[in-house]
Formats: sequence, structure tokens, C-alpha cells
Amino acid sequence: MYRFNYHKPDDMDAAQQMMADAEDGVYLSGGMTLIPTLKARLASPTDVIDLSGLALSGIELADDSLTIGALTLHSEVAAGNEISSLSNLALAIGDAQVRNRGTIGGSIANSDPGADYPAAVVALGATINTTAGAIDADDFFQGLFETALKPGAIVTSVTFPLPVRAAYEKFPNPASRYAVVGVMVAETNGGVRVGVTGAGPCAYRQRNFEQALADNFSVAALDGLEVDYAEFNSDIHASAEYRGHLVGVMARRAVAQIT
Amino acid sequence: MEISLTVNGTEHTTDVPDNSLLVEIIRERLNLTGTHVGCDTSQCGACTIHMDGRSVKSCTVLAGQADGADITTIEGIGTVDALHPMQEAFRENHALQCGFCTPGMIMSAIDLVENGKPLDERSVREGLEGNLCRCTGYHNIVKAVLDAQDKM
Repeated sequence: MYRFNYHKPDDMDAAQQMMADAEDGVYLSGGMTLIPTLKARLASPTDVIDLSGLALSGIELADDSLTIGALTLHSEVAAGNEISSLSNLALAIGDAQVRNRGTIGGSIANSDPGADYPAAVVALGATINTTAGAIDADDFFQGLFETALKPGAIVTSVTFPLPVRAAYEKFPNPASRYAVVGVMVAETNGGVRVGVTGAGPCAYRQRNFEQALADNFSVAALDGLEVDYAEFNSDIHASAEYRGHLVGVMARRAVAQIT
Repeated sequence: MEISLTVNGTEHTTDVPDNSLLVEIIRERLNLTGTHVGCDTSQCGACTIHMDGRSVKSCTVLAGQADGADITTIEGIGTVDALHPMQEAFRENHALQCGFCTPGMIMSAIDLVENGKPLDERSVREGLEGNLCRCTGYHNIVKAVLDAQDKM
């Protein structure tokens, strides 16, 4: 693999200082995306700053929310918690070995269009806590591998309000298990929210589905609703039009799960 | 940089380049070549080892990330005279053809049995999703894991 400097800071301040000092630094969490990216030379940072020495792991339940530390592994979320739709989502990420290394903070900060967690972040109306303040889910994902995370800032945890009911369904790529399209439908205390991943450049809310389900929370309510796929991803796995179709199918399956 | 890690019960301290992968340390420094590199792109699982008790793909872990870790490789689970029950089950059920994927399959399967719920055919297949067998010999691998589950 090409050369870079590896750092493993013990605390948050040191990590951010290393990032500030680096010519072209990158934070490393579980590495399940970053390390293959480095190997393929799709990224070539001068410095890799490993966050695994920071105490950012664990799941904490409050009265009406669940806060998951950024370094919490997919396998730890999959093991079960108060939001079963979130555990089910985590259990469907990649494979067992990936779930034993990959972290929620890394997944969210990367904003891969095919990542699963962003659908839940959007659908559950989560708050992303960072070293530079908290960011609302609706503002966080901004584009392909692009988020509202400030340069040099670190995601410390994600707070998910407990939903009334929620379900996640995805159409996985049969080889990688990335979401070709994944949809989480959630009835939250702030209304019905539908989070979509895999389809577009980043996770987003399918507002016309939300309105239809707010009036009538049933599979039939989604019949005939259009999905604008003009800006959707199109690749060897699925065309934009097919992804548009899958958004409806996955949403209906998710609603069916919880009605 | 210098890293220390325990591999199959023996502690090693070694000076490694910053960009080394754990699998390179295991194979090229420690000469434990039972851990295989199949794809080097995190797909095939031939490089699966246990890091602090859980299965991980050692081609996708930097050596620095493994500093201080407790590593078990295929060489650390049994001996020629006393095979691990999972190895024995693979032998009994003819769960290998060319054998290239076998070390990774066995390491994944042990984690699956030790750290998971009781297994049936479907959950074994799902649990081994991260391990590819290009002889497509999955049928007997699944049989072997279910067989070993009762003996571990």
C-alpha cells in the first residue's frame, strides 16, 4: 500500500491537533470503507489518524432517546437495543467480519450513498453530536460523501429519539450487501418520516410518502405515488429508474412490517 | 513504528512500517502463513482471524490498529494430533475442496458458534456471508458447522 503516517491519539484534543498539523489528514474509525479506499488509491492522505483510542463507544438509554457512541460497532448495535429497527438495520450491514469492525460514526461521517445507517438517521430524526456542535439529521447529509461536518471535527455520538414504530427494508447488492436502495419508515413523535438511502447521492426524506402515510398509515396509501429519480444513482447494479421503483417497493415492505 | 501484539498466546513486539496491514505482519513477520490473502479487497474472508475474540478480516486492519490486541490465527486453535472440533468437523464432512478458503471459514465459523445464537442451516449461511468458497462447496461447509456446534 502507498505510504502514509499513522497516528493513534489518546484524546480528542490530540486527535484534532494531529489533523490540524497534517498536510492532508483523514480520520480512521473502523476502517471498513477507508482501508479498501486507501488500497485502491481512491484516497491518498498524508496522515491517517486512528480514533480507536478515544472513549466514544457504548449505547446509552435516556427517557425518550438512545445515544450511540461514534465508535460503537455494528455488531454491538445489532446485538439488540430499544430501537429494534436500528438493530435489524445494523445486522444487515455487510457481513459478520465487517460488523465486528465498522462503526456508526464512521458510516455516518462518510455518507456513502449505499450505507445503511443514514436512512435511520434521517427517518428517526437523529441528532449528530460532533466536537463542533450538534447537527440535525435533516441538515447533515449534503451530497455524495459530503456532510455538514466541519473540517477537522469528529462525530462523537448519534442521538436517536425513540420512535413509536419504525422498520427498515433494503434491497441489498447480492455481493457487497450495500443498499441498492434502503428505506426506513418511522412514526416518530414529530410525525411520519421516511428516510431513503442508496437511491440518490446521499440519504434524504421522501416527503410525498411521509404526507400520504401521515393521513393513512397503510401500504395502500403509497400506491401510485411518484418518485422523482432524475438525480438518482445509475450504475452496473441498477439504473436510476429501477432505483426509483425500489424506493416504493422497500417503503411498502417497511410499512407492511409495522401495520 | 513499534507495535506489540499477542498472537496465539505469544507476545511479539516488532517494528513495522506505518502502512502495514495486520495480515502482512502475521504472514511475513511471524511466518504464520495459514492465514490466506485471497482478494485483498475485504470481500473473500480468507484472511479472517480473531482479534480480541471476534472474527475480522486481517487484510482490512492496519498493523497499528492491532497494537495491544490479542490475535488468534488458524495455527492457534488446534494441533495436528488434537484438532479443534471445528477442524475435525470440516474433515469429517469433507467441507473443503481446494482448501484455500478453509482457514478463514473455520475462524468465522468458530466465532459464529461461540458468540452467536444456536444455529440452523439458514443462520450458518447468513453468518458465513463474509467468506467466499470459489469451489462453491458451501453445502458441506454448512453441514460441518452444524456438526461442530454440538461438539464445541
